[in-house]
Amino acid sequence: MSDEEDIILSDLSDEELVEQMWDDLYDGLKEEIEEGVNILLERGWAPYKILTEALVGGMTIVGKDFRDGILFVPEVLLAANAMKGGMAILKPLLAETGAPRMGSMVIGTVKGDIHDIGKNLVSMMMEGAGFEVVDIGINNPVENYLEALEEHKPDILGMSALLTTTMPYMKVVIDTMVEQGLRDDYIVFVGGAPLNEEFGKAIGADAYCRDAAVAVEMAKDYVQRKHNQGVAT
Amino acid sequence: MTNALSKLLQTRDWLLADGATGTNLFNMGLESGDAPELWNDMHPERITKLYSMAVDAGSDIFLTNSFGGNAARLKLHGAEKRARELSRISAEIGRDVADSRDRPIVVAGSVGPTGEIMAPMGALTHELAVEIFHEQADGLKEGGADVLWLETISAPEEYKAAAEAFELAGMPWCGTMSFDTAGRTMMGMTSADMVNMVDGLANPPLAFGANCGVGASDLLRTVLGFAAQGAERPIIAKGNAGIPKYVDGHIHYDGTPDLMADYAVLARDCGATIIGGCCGTTPEHLEKMHAALTTRPRGERPTLEQIAEALGPFSSAADGTGDEDDAPKRRTRRRRG
Repeated sequence: MSDEEDIILSDLSDEELVEQMWDDLYDGLKEEIEEGVNILLERGWAPYKILTEALVGGMTIVGKDFRDGILFVPEVLLAANAMKGGMAILKPLLAETGAPRMGSMVIGTVKGDIHDIGKNLVSMMMEGAGFEVVDIGINNPVENYLEALEEHKPDILGMSALLTTTMPYMKVVIDTMVEQGLRDDYIVFVGGAPLNEEFGKAIGADAYCRDAAVAVEMAKDYVQRKHNQGVAT
Repeated sequence: MTNALSKLLQTRDWLLADGATGTNLFNMGLESGDAPELWNDMHPERITKLYSMAVDAGSDIFLTNSFGGNAARLKLHGAEKRARELSRISAEIGRDVADSRDRPIVVAGSVGPTGEIMAPMGALTHELAVEIFHEQADGLKEGGADVLWLETISAPEEYKAAAEAFELAGMPWCGTMSFDTAGRTMMGMTSADMVNMVDGLANPPLAFGANCGVGASDLLRTVLGFAAQGAERPIIAKGNAGIPKYVDGHIHYDGTPDLMADYAVLARDCGATIIGGCCGTTPEHLEKMHAALTTRPRGERPTLEQIAEALGPFSSAADGTGDEDDAPKRRTRRRRG
């Protein structure tokens, strides 16, 4: 990092620095991201502005290239790790300054399914996009989902399944939410390798997310709409 | 080479492997979420039936019911201490089925992924991965497996760890990866990358290839990629019976037995030697595949267009191999300094 040929981050203008941070996120350079965040804070940037412009902006590029099959899981994990480094600095400051929240999500793999790589990726990308994520892990019966919804009151419920034998359980969870009159309180996303849009519709989810990048885009879109509805009513 | 698979490969120019394990066990009443490997001990007669169905349908090779039988996966069922035992039993049952036939049948000891992300990105170290695979390999060897069969792998690091473990166990092996993300593995490996990796291993497999993934068309595109890279080892093609669809509360794979018969013949034309199915492939599919491979002549290597016409469209425009001038490219980082 202190290599002589390196760019000195603190010598860059704000605009150059933000673009450099996008590149550094893309390359998964955690220390550089942490340094960039600290420089912007010293220059008086609001934590929320750093989050949205420098970090979320950079992760959006990563997400797009992941979606388009240019980047793959290892690169995304590195980028998310760098993002996490920046977030660790910003998180307490965001809470202090009462910055607006991006939104929140409870996520878990459904009962019978113990696969979690996809779910973990979505968690990391969602956190990378500034969402608060509560990960309830693998093999969740409907009770676990309902408890987590009750406790955390998230904007979004995310369910994941890797097996064709476990994906029908997503419908059990949604049907139970309908029975208890909870369905409309939450945005429901489903994802996992064997799913498709048709399946998502058939079981009554709001959206099927093909991959973690799509999940983030959908989340921004739906949370925005949900908040708008809140104002209108 | 004195193992049963090498012998068969010397006398035959194609071999039929088996179909799905999960799909067929669920049809026998396995509940989703239960570890199929526990049935080796609890319901050995059902596992005997599973293997027999494949052999009766014409399979020359079948995989043991030990896909999730490594300590990392069994841990999720509190059975991590039983990895060696459950793997051994899966192979013992297989040995009995194979030895009861009057034609040579290969018992392939299935080894699936650990499900962990390997270091440095994840928590699983190379040393621990080798240890986990070695333990399972020893169990399968004790049970009488002819070869070990690594499958559905995404990370090259994990494939290499298994190769090392199988050498420690002193067992011949085959190994396939799952190409399910824009024609690559989830970790971004292309078919060409895999050929290069396999060729560079200190303990290379007898045969290598692709399994599972996204439908039959994609799988054959991957096989063409192996062949184009000049692979010298026998190629394995074990594709899913189409794409899963949700029908009346159940999951149904849309690949018919007739489609899988076409797939089998095309796989052979693409350059595969060991041909089988994966998820959704039932004994009916295998029978049709066997009949087609036996009765239909070999043809020219098909083009991508011919594959798509016969088996359906590909899931992505490209698969990361060959000259793709118009393919999307990774951003190049600005030079620092």
